[in-house]
Amino acid sequence: MEAAAAAAAAAGGGCGSGPPPLLLSEGEQQCYSELFARCAGAAGGGPGPGAPEASRVAPGTVTAAAGPVADLFRASQLPAETLHQITELCGAKRVGYFGPTQFYVALKLIAAAQSGLPVRIESIKCELPLPRFMMSKNDGEIRFGNPAELHGTKVQIPYLTTEKNSFKRMDDEDKQQETQSPTMSPLASPPSSPPHYQRVPLSHGYSKLRSSAEQMHPAPYEARQPLVQPEGSSSGGPGTKPLRHQTSLIRSFSVERELQDNSSYLDEPWRITEEQREYYVNQFRSLQPDPSSFISGSVAKNFFTKSKLSIPELSYIWELSDADCDGALTLPEFCAAFHLIVARKNGYPLPEGLPPTLQPEYLQAAFPKPKWDCQLFDSYSESLPANQQPRDLNRMEKISLESMAILPIPTQDVTGDDKQVLKSTVNEALPKDVSEDPATPKDSNSLKARPRSRSYSSTSIEEAMKRGEDPPTPPPRPQKTHSRASSLDLNKVFQPSVPATKSGLLPPPPALPPRPCPSQSEQVLEAELPPQLSRAPSQAAESSPSKKDVPYSQPPSKPIRRKFRPENQATENQEPSTVASGPASAATVKPHPTVQKQSSKQKKAIQTAIRKNKEANAVLARLNSELQQQLKEVHQERIALENQLEQLRPVTVL
Amino acid sequence: MAVCVAVIAKENYPLYIRSTLTENELKFHYMVHTSLDVVDEKISAMGKALVDQRELYLGLLYPTEDYKVYGYVTNSKVKFVMVVDSSNTALRDNEIRSMFRKLHNSYTDVMCNPFYNPGDRIQSRAFDNMVTSMMIQVC
Repeated sequence: MEAAAAAAAAAGGGCGSGPPPLLLSEGEQQCYSELFARCAGAAGGGPGPGAPEASRVAPGTVTAAAGPVADLFRASQLPAETLHQITELCGAKRVGYFGPTQFYVALKLIAAAQSGLPVRIESIKCELPLPRFMMSKNDGEIRFGNPAELHGTKVQIPYLTTEKNSFKRMDDEDKQQETQSPTMSPLASPPSSPPHYQRVPLSHGYSKLRSSAEQMHPAPYEARQPLVQPEGSSSGGPGTKPLRHQTSLIRSFSVERELQDNSSYLDEPWRITEEQREYYVNQFRSLQPDPSSFISGSVAKNFFTKSKLSIPELSYIWELSDADCDGALTLPEFCAAFHLIVARKNGYPLPEGLPPTLQPEYLQAAFPKPKWDCQLFDSYSESLPANQQPRDLNRMEKISLESMAILPIPTQDVTGDDKQVLKSTVNEALPKDVSEDPATPKDSNSLKARPRSRSYSSTSIEEAMKRGEDPPTPPPRPQKTHSRASSLDLNKVFQPSVPATKSGLLPPPPALPPRPCPSQSEQVLEAELPPQLSRAPSQAAESSPSKKDVPYSQPPSKPIRRKFRPENQATENQEPSTVASGPASAATVKPHPTVQKQSSKQKKAIQTAIRKNKEANAVLARLNSELQQQLKEVHQERIALENQLEQLRPVTVL
Repeated sequence: MAVCVAVIAKENYPLYIRSTLTENELKFHYMVHTSLDVVDEKISAMGKALVDQRELYLGLLYPTEDYKVYGYVTNSKVKFVMVVDSSNTALRDNEIRSMFRKLHNSYTDVMCNPFYNPGDRIQSRAFDNMVTSMMIQVC
């Protein structure tokens, strides 16, 4: 018991700065020192607070790791508020760590609370029974409290299937230090848990239910199992109350949510669960039907304003979630923003930076198929009870792969060597450098490539539309069982970028409606060529119905017209080509049946008309800009002349 | 090495102003205010030319014995004014230009936020962090 004596002495000596001195009985000293040693040693030989508080701890002080301490406190089955009071009183909050003094005082206070005394410093002055801690059946030999009571043998409620609580959840309540702790999963970083627990008793008691959190506990946590389970049941009480509060908040969001009972935050508040993810995706869809494109800023603003958060907060959330700062939200960005809003409404302070679990790459990786059928997702979420775990990532991806095989979309490959194949099939316009992302797992790169490419390709279409142009030529519609038409491959004719040398594609324009005689129109055109600029559109409009399938492949006609201004080359190419092909095609028209091509003719006519109009628009726009330039220059000259006039005038007056 | 960074709106009211030394803050505010006249002079001097021909970086607006004031104007007439310490001779023009470029990029990011109304004071934390980095790296 030297350790106990030393600890007690240290407690007695060190408590001058903390709470008033304790008088511990022999049994208490023994028990407390045992508890302290356990808490100090349970963290794996390196007790002490986490990095933020490390500087404040005097070197050489033995401190109890916050994790086991918190577990222990919760095992006492006191309500959360009481535990907070106790931690405050014992001075741990002030100094930031559980030194022996604070620990002993806290234990005393727990005992006082359990005896029904108010939690005050004065109450620990008197003789109290030892505090009682509920222990699981696994840990029968750890008996806190009076041996006579033998609570250590009490069987715990099978906590996880019903309560779905875990001590890790208490990390979510941390609101004071947001550095990296909320974002570290217990799976990934067990040593970081002490800082979490250190702050857990100090923070307000917000807790959320978690689904199947116990599956998250791998081997390293077995040592803590006894402490975990009692905490699970004890915090069930305070857990349900904030949950109801949360649900009311969610309803105030003016949206129906079925998440009430399983609105779970898996490891930390910044991780999105399955149900949440689906919910966000559905909301995204309600705002923007295409899951792979953007939500514009104003749309998102209106939507998020409904959450009734203040504008500066919403502005900050936007800053965090819009990773590429483009003023629009992709699906992962939207999910991150939504998640931050939900977290904020439930009382979590906003982080300084976007947590890794909310980064767009991570979100796209963890949920490989957020945009596609959510029904498929539902089926997985049942089969995979605990999702969003890095170790389950591969499993999920494989399952999603199998189900996505039926979709007419290139499947995503999980294997690393297929990643390159996937990338090659992905749209080459992929701007984001997928390989630069070291944090995400290798598989996520391949997963991310495709969604990102889709979003950009759709953006380009949107931008084209915004410019006021007609959408690009629609994909060729299936022809109506015309064997000849299909063999002629008429679709290729309408590609605007078709090179001109496909003479083999010369499709006969059957039964052209009466148009001006080729020779006549040619003469007319030649006569009018100099002032062609303004008449090109009208000519184009005139001749468009007669063009039908404009054979771009008219090389002989093109050199004739090359001497004209390049602006008109596009339009003129078609006119002279039409004119030249008129006589040529007239001969070939007759042998081909025309009836069967009426509908396709009309479509082609419309498409050519559209093209013509577009070209005419481009020409006019160029003309407009040139004239504007001229206007400005003239203005400048005018101003210069006026200045000269001003300067000269006084001289002449005098 | 900026000791003071200010973002002035088109109508010449400040959107954002921040100084490193709090005791002289008023002096910096005054300097920024007086530098606006110089900025306007420079803008109008090249005013006849088209906007896109105008250089965004205005250069040294005026030097005092302790400080130098640099200016930068965007195409939407939003002005960035930066006051640097004269004792810091290592600062080259290029560095000032790059600092203004960073400012401009951050300002663009702030504008992209749909919750930001143009004309409001800039309260973006990202912007603050960027300005802090600029001010600290100098000191």
